[in-house]
Amino acid sequence: MSKLTLTDKTLYLPDKVVIITIPDLLKEWERDFLKKEITQLNISNVTSIDGAGVSFIEEVLEAKSLTREAIVNGDSSVNRTIEVFSSAEVKSSSKPIVDNFLVNLGSVFLNFLDEMKNGLYLASDTIWWSIAGVLERKGRRKGSVTEQAIAIGLDALPIVALLSFVIGFILTLQSGVQLQKFGASVFIADLLSISIVREMGPLITAIIIAGRSGSAIASEIATMKVTEEIDALKMMSLNPIKYVIVPKFHAITLTMPLLVAFSVIVSLAAGLMISVGMLDISGEVFVSRAINILAVKDILITLAKTVVFSWLIVIIGAYYGMKVTGGAEGVGKATTSSVVTSIFAVILADAAFSLIYL
Amino acid sequence: MKKEIIIKTTNLVAKYGEKVVLDGITVDIYKGEITVILGSSGCGKTTLLKNILRLYQPYSGTVEIFGEDVTNMDEELFNNVLKRTGMLFQNGALLNSITIFDNVSIPLEQHTNLPPKIIERIIKTKLHLVNLDHAIYLTPSELSGGMKKRAALARALALEPEILFCDEPSAGLDPVTSADLDALMLNLRKQLNMSMVIVTHELASIHRIADKIIFLDRGKLLFNGTLEDAKKSGIPNVEMFFEVGSF
Repeated sequence: MSKLTLTDKTLYLPDKVVIITIPDLLKEWERDFLKKEITQLNISNVTSIDGAGVSFIEEVLEAKSLTREAIVNGDSSVNRTIEVFSSAEVKSSSKPIVDNFLVNLGSVFLNFLDEMKNGLYLASDTIWWSIAGVLERKGRRKGSVTEQAIAIGLDALPIVALLSFVIGFILTLQSGVQLQKFGASVFIADLLSISIVREMGPLITAIIIAGRSGSAIASEIATMKVTEEIDALKMMSLNPIKYVIVPKFHAITLTMPLLVAFSVIVSLAAGLMISVGMLDISGEVFVSRAINILAVKDILITLAKTVVFSWLIVIIGAYYGMKVTGGAEGVGKATTSSVVTSIFAVILADAAFSLIYL
Repeated sequence: MKKEIIIKTTNLVAKYGEKVVLDGITVDIYKGEITVILGSSGCGKTTLLKNILRLYQPYSGTVEIFGEDVTNMDEELFNNVLKRTGMLFQNGALLNSITIFDNVSIPLEQHTNLPPKIIERIIKTKLHLVNLDHAIYLTPSELSGGMKKRAALARALALEPEILFCDEPSAGLDPVTSADLDALMLNLRKQLNMSMVIVTHELASIHRIADKIIFLDRGKLLFNGTLEDAKKSGIPNVEMFFEVGSF
């Protein structure tokens, strides 16, 4: 077993000073020798030494304020190893300074402003090219809008249908039971129609699309960025915004209103089923009240909301995709940030609409 | 003096589905030598390396490392063998979310009981060894290709491996950086008597570092010997490799 020994202020190292013996040697050193006077380090017994062993020797020298000259009687190969792994020439590299709270807060605010500015640039470019792109077909891949419309719209139909049905079902049950207590069950149609058309339909659909298609947009563009596909497009004189983002922008602008309309119909159908089955309201009364309570303004506000939500989703997804750095990890981060930000932005925009158009 | 065999493969066969990628490879790799595995693209070089390290499980045949048959060795025992080796991947394979310091610290923190101050000292000396003192607290995305390779080499050397495996260490590097990396490897071999198994295409690099050559052709072993013997082996594909490459 490796052991340290001390004779006449000279510390003798054992034969093996390697990574597996260091923990025991360190314990022994700290327990028995750290407080003793040592002027020399004799390494004549050392037959094998590695980088960890050299670090141990340096630790001993440092603790006793000794220089390399204090190491004596080393075999030439041992001395060579000490030379290779010596930290004497290691240039000091200080850890990055951690800023204080106020500096961090300021930097978060400045980053936010910077991100807003860049996001607005991207949004203006996208909107510009989406208008210019309708007239000019060059620089776009044929069939890309249809392809995107299928991915964003058609493929999302089942999940939108399922969630809208469940939401309509829950809303009718919860509200219907309360209204029944006041003998006002018939108003369930009015309540459902207004809440679903103006609020729940667009909001639920936007949240589903932000999670499903927003993440797909962000990860697709981020992957294209890290694999240099975006750079390759630029090298082929193609505008990446026009080629990659605009088809998605057109597709989501066209499909979101249709998805919201579908969601509203499914939710109201669920409400109709519960109302007829459990609240004793006739189907005809439900349908006529649900339609009559709606004004043209409601439909227009919903349409405007839907379009704004869809633009927020596609632009936020594209923005996070385009600003990605690093490799696979960067793609994951971009996707997560895009989903969180777009859901937040959609809810914020919804609140703004509610305040403006009460 | 008889040389010590550190890796031995016997009739090693590797398959991807039904396709035979390595066909009965039997080679001995000796302690303290730099052995270069070479051959044309798709001949099975990386597959041989990964089969030796069980990153792919061999279809048949045996692999011995440090005199122990590791082909079907228990996972825990094999991990102890792996701790005595280091691997430099083609693209470095550094973890992108953490600093270079943290990347090199992973094997030391996971596989040793060394206190943090010794670990820090070891990391700094290893990074000094590969000339990355200035990049200790940077993340891999902030490094150039050559710097990433050197950082990955520092990580591979963290546990003082007895064998270093390198998959195309010079790929994507300029000739000067590539020559620097070769000089570093030669130095490590000289100072620490480390054995190295290197997969490479780079002829200049092969001339600088190779003690032994393992030449593969479509999954078969075509030549195993010194570089000088390879050049006059009389095997057309082997001789052509060196002739074409020397232009």
